[in-house]
Amino acid sequence: MTLLSVKNLVVELGLRPVLNGLDFAVRPGEFVGLIGPNGAGKSTLLRSVLGLVPARGEVRLSGEEAAATSARLRATRAAYLAQEREIAWAVPVEMVVALGRSPHRPGLAALTEKDRAAVDAAMRRMDIEAFRNRIATELSGGEKARVLVARALAQDTPLLLADEPTAGLDPAHQIALMRLFSSLAADGKSVVASLHDLGLAARWCSRLILLDKGRIVADGLPSTVLTPENLRAIYGVDAFFGEAHGAPIVHPLDLATPG
Amino acid sequence: MNAGRRYPVLIALLAVLTLALFLLSLTIGPAGIAFAESMKALFSDKADGVALIMREIRLPRALLGLMIGATLGLSGAVLQGYLRNPLAEPGLLGISASASLGAVLAIYTGLSAAFLLALPLAALAGAVAAVLVVQAIAGQRGGALLVILAGIAISSFAGAMTSLALNLSPNPFAAVEIMFWMLGSLTDRSMTHVWLAAPFMLVGWAMLGSLGRALDALTLGSETAATMGVELRKVQFLAVFGTAAGVGAATAVAGAIGFVGLVVPHILRPLVGARPSRLLPASALGGASMVLAADTLVRILAPERDLKLGVLTAIVGAPFFLWLVFRTRRSLL
Repeated sequence: MTLLSVKNLVVELGLRPVLNGLDFAVRPGEFVGLIGPNGAGKSTLLRSVLGLVPARGEVRLSGEEAAATSARLRATRAAYLAQEREIAWAVPVEMVVALGRSPHRPGLAALTEKDRAAVDAAMRRMDIEAFRNRIATELSGGEKARVLVARALAQDTPLLLADEPTAGLDPAHQIALMRLFSSLAADGKSVVASLHDLGLAARWCSRLILLDKGRIVADGLPSTVLTPENLRAIYGVDAFFGEAHGAPIVHPLDLATPG
Repeated sequence: MNAGRRYPVLIALLAVLTLALFLLSLTIGPAGIAFAESMKALFSDKADGVALIMREIRLPRALLGLMIGATLGLSGAVLQGYLRNPLAEPGLLGISASASLGAVLAIYTGLSAAFLLALPLAALAGAVAAVLVVQAIAGQRGGALLVILAGIAISSFAGAMTSLALNLSPNPFAAVEIMFWMLGSLTDRSMTHVWLAAPFMLVGWAMLGSLGRALDALTLGSETAATMGVELRKVQFLAVFGTAAGVGAATAVAGAIGFVGLVVPHILRPLVGARPSRLLPASALGGASMVLAADTLVRILAPERDLKLGVLTAIVGAPFFLWLVFRTRRSLL
């Protein structure tokens, strides 16, 4: 079974094609890093999978055609962590996390035992229990990011799509987040995250998809995707390649010299 | 105290306040009738003068104050939640302005003098026209920004057409009548007005009241809300048409009453822990209280001068809003 399968996905914004016929599938237990230069179509890919931008082609979530399922049912199959960390009102942290339970709650029903357990578990996992009653809009950027990750975890979906989740986090929190995503994958869930930090992508993802100009250029193990040739051709940079504690290190060094 | 436990207390207090102000509105007027006597007359079968005043003058006035206030407070809270903007208010969608234009045209053409319901019906037609244009421009996929821009364009156009009607007004009396009507008032309304407005308002309340859960989710932005199961198109439809039904009917029977829909959600938001779904009932009760209080106050302040309700809400509301902005500014610095 695949949690997400995409066939011949095409997205056009205006007359400009942003995604040109993508094909890939994500199975349970994968932590997929979506990499590529600015404007490659990473965010558009995540958003079109969720039906947030009009797209042609086939998107299946847990085997069922996404376009044919209701927003509510779709929300039980895939959760989304947006790039913008928007919290409009001065609400308590606990309420923000509990919003993740909304697709599981019929009508005006109150939170059930199961909902509360999911909210508590998500807060414990993101280490934000201490500020459960604080006002979410008064938190620091990093704290807010963790609250919003907890919100997505509380949605308790087999698939999590995250748009640049590590942006604006300090190294410790970036690594903690990557650890969390790989532990979710170890639990049999899947995470697809767009990433700009090639070092994090190389060390933590189980698979990388490299996008450029709306096409998939490479798809596979980090070691096969992050090659000197790909980095030079797609990103225009030369990088240092190494290994530490059994995992690869990739660190961009300088702009590639032509020729 | 925890916001969760405080909420039922707040709602109960607001309900009691609304009821008290409703009774006060029933018992205050130029005809000095004692409280006990007025209540007895309201529920008796007698058809004497007191009963007539109570049933034909004061009851419709108090009922309209209650209904219009609740509508303005509720739609203000919904629109602020939907647009995620504390400055949103029912007038923003262009509905009040177009309803006013409809009413003005009814006065201008003399239709309103021809039969009683011409004015409110023309105002409702104006509200419907506005909402259809807003919905057409904002489109199927929608978007809060498009709704706001379309509303501003419609408000400006309706305002310009209203000015044109004043400009070309056939005689000074029509012009004065138009001006006075636009100030917003509950004076001399009958049960006919109540029965005309009630169905639209009830539909509006049902549509707006169903949005609580979706508005909570929208706190995290429209895209995140959509991925949590919120159907954005449905939310936009309910918010826009619910406001049109309620506020269109309110404007049709009472003229434009400003600031209630803007200020009431603002005051109550901190008291409900800023949660949009909890703000809806609180804001409906708060709006009802505010309009009932203001409408009672115009009768106490200037019994002989027919001080207009809309003027009072703006005179009290605008400085108060300024103070709110000042307070927010201090917390931002």
